[in-house]
Amino acid sequence: MALLDSIPWFLVFTSLGKTIFLVFLVVLPMVSYTVYAERRVSALIQDRLGPNRTGFPLTLLGFKKDFSPFLGGLGQPIADAAKFILKEDLTPGHVNKPYFWLAPALAMMPALITLSALPFGSEFMGVKMVVADINVGLLFMFAISSVGVYGIVLAGWASNSKYPFLGGIRSTSQMISYELCMGLSAVPVLLVAGSTSLSKIIDYQVHEGWLLLPITDGKLNLRELLLFLPMVLAFITFTISMFAETNRLPFDLPESESELVAGYHTEYSSMKFALFFLGEYTAMIAGSALTVVLFLGGWHLPFIPDGSHGPIWGAINIASFFGKVAVLLFFFIWVRWTLPRFRYDQLMKLGWLYLFEIALVNIFLTAGILAFTH
Amino acid sequence: MSPLLFWIFAALMLVFGIGVIINRNPVASALSLVASFLCLAALFVGLNAYFIAVIQVLVYAGAVMVLFLFIIMLLDLREEQRRRFNLLAVAGGALVSLGFVAELVLVLRKFTLGQKPFAPIAQVDDVRQIGMTLFSTHNLPLQVTGVLILVATIGVVVLSKRDLK
Amino acid sequence: MAYTVQRPKLTFAEKIYLPSIIAGLAITWKHIRRMLKGETKVVMQYPEEKWDAHMPEHYRGAPTLVKDDHDRERCVACQLCEFICPPRAIRITPGELPTESKFSKVEKFPQAFEIDMIRCIYCGMCEEVCPEQAIFLRKDYAITGTSRAEMVHDKAKLYEMGGVFDGLVHKWNPEK
Repeated sequence: MALLDSIPWFLVFTSLGKTIFLVFLVVLPMVSYTVYAERRVSALIQDRLGPNRTGFPLTLLGFKKDFSPFLGGLGQPIADAAKFILKEDLTPGHVNKPYFWLAPALAMMPALITLSALPFGSEFMGVKMVVADINVGLLFMFAISSVGVYGIVLAGWASNSKYPFLGGIRSTSQMISYELCMGLSAVPVLLVAGSTSLSKIIDYQVHEGWLLLPITDGKLNLRELLLFLPMVLAFITFTISMFAETNRLPFDLPESESELVAGYHTEYSSMKFALFFLGEYTAMIAGSALTVVLFLGGWHLPFIPDGSHGPIWGAINIASFFGKVAVLLFFFIWVRWTLPRFRYDQLMKLGWLYLFEIALVNIFLTAGILAFTH
Repeated sequence: MSPLLFWIFAALMLVFGIGVIINRNPVASALSLVASFLCLAALFVGLNAYFIAVIQVLVYAGAVMVLFLFIIMLLDLREEQRRRFNLLAVAGGALVSLGFVAELVLVLRKFTLGQKPFAPIAQVDDVRQIGMTLFSTHNLPLQVTGVLILVATIGVVVLSKRDLK
Repeated sequence: MAYTVQRPKLTFAEKIYLPSIIAGLAITWKHIRRMLKGETKVVMQYPEEKWDAHMPEHYRGAPTLVKDDHDRERCVACQLCEFICPPRAIRITPGELPTESKFSKVEKFPQAFEIDMIRCIYCGMCEEVCPEQAIFLRKDYAITGTSRAEMVHDKAKLYEMGGVFDGLVHKWNPEK
């Protein structure tokens, strides 16, 4: 049984455990509750109440009362999911069937795969809280998320009708343009941290202070002070590119409701539509998580030790990581319900004429500062 | 990497590679090419060359092929699907590729260096390694390539501007 | 001739969008804050809160039939409301009063009186046109049912909803 012995069982089981925890216990519930938050926050902004009714129907299980916790409506995501599953799954007659069926999966999967390189905590019971700690983690996330565009393009093309096609075309050019800005705006971080490994970038921030907030380690030196400006620039360009990459307002041209009905998923219904929806929100979470890792110190909070001091601290690290992600998600939602949509030429101009140049100059600036303070 | 994984990904890559040629639908061909790129990246991962694997996905699957697909979709390539197989062309193509394979076999059999197993490289930061090599020993070719690409870019801009007038 | 729109000259702050974006975020944040503090007036939470207490006097709810204080039908089945009804929601089957009846001078009474509440538009024309003040729009607004048949109010239901309305009515007046 040499084959069985050669399998590193501990690694296999911990990886499986981490994957299940990350995907099914954290990210997917987070996706559905981000949708809920989207509705509630938009309601707050527009002076409405939003979905505040759907509780958990415990009376169906024989309890005396329905459980409707403090905010009300917390059962809404579950009701939404049930609705998506039960709806009729319609495949229009004019579509290119194999690709039409392939597209939703292609939209969902890359977003989930990117999470595998994400260090979402320090250490828990001696296990590193990252599914695959590869030394090119950042590039891996960029690479896989760039594959995500195929889902949208294929959906647009396979639907074989005008609006989805226009949505697909728009998203292709938008994603290619902004991928460049996103990659370039992350380069200063790599220069400062000296590694493409996400856990090493976090390690650097634990010891030297968060890149966007260099006082979190309690001291401030000339290098950090000088690096603050390029880091803020990098953060702004990175966040803007992230909005464009995840097709969020103000850059949601691929699915702009008022011009393209729903863009690339106009022809989709039921669970296939839900997959696009999930993919979009998962990409949003992955993007926010990446921003947290790059600029906001990952799982690190000042005065809180890492997980090697005990499982409680490990759990707090994980919680603080997802807490930061949740704050960024709120920001995503807040921006969405504040800004109108950009015009297409404005979008392209912003990407190629401004963000691209700013990111490039920023790289030279950072490199210069690093050489100066070396 | 387990040999099993190598054979699986190698076989998949060949299958998708053949798919690129025999698919009548250009979009399907392009997608097969993407899939075969992804399998190639998996093979690179098997060699512990993470950086090259990731760049393979990022550049080829994520950018170049998206542009290809973009253009294929913009052109209406129905003609391609209707065209029948030309027996003579198929035979000619087969002949040329067989000749190429024969040549490869002949050359590679004499290339004894490839048959020797290399000593496994201990844990290296392959990004650093590649950067060092590129910017020290191969600096001139890198600069020349950069200038070449710049010239090409300027040329494209000039050509497309002239069309507008 | 083509007309060129003069584009406004933007300042640097306007060109980089960020100041106005932050201003916008501040506005939406103000709304969130006021909403969370409960300063914003939101819509009535319907099943829990109801409008009943402060329903205005002129509110037009469901049309109903009324009886007078002697428990007599006021409707004389003249069918004016049936004719005036814009969506044709009212159906009246008139019947003849027997000659030995004390009120045979009235001649007609409604054998059946049906209002289809799916069709009714609550315009109140029936109330306005009624010469006998027999049909009134009451304040019931939640007219529901689980079938089409249930949504058609028959005579019994209409009287039940309408109740009593006393006052002078011509048809019982012997002088007229």
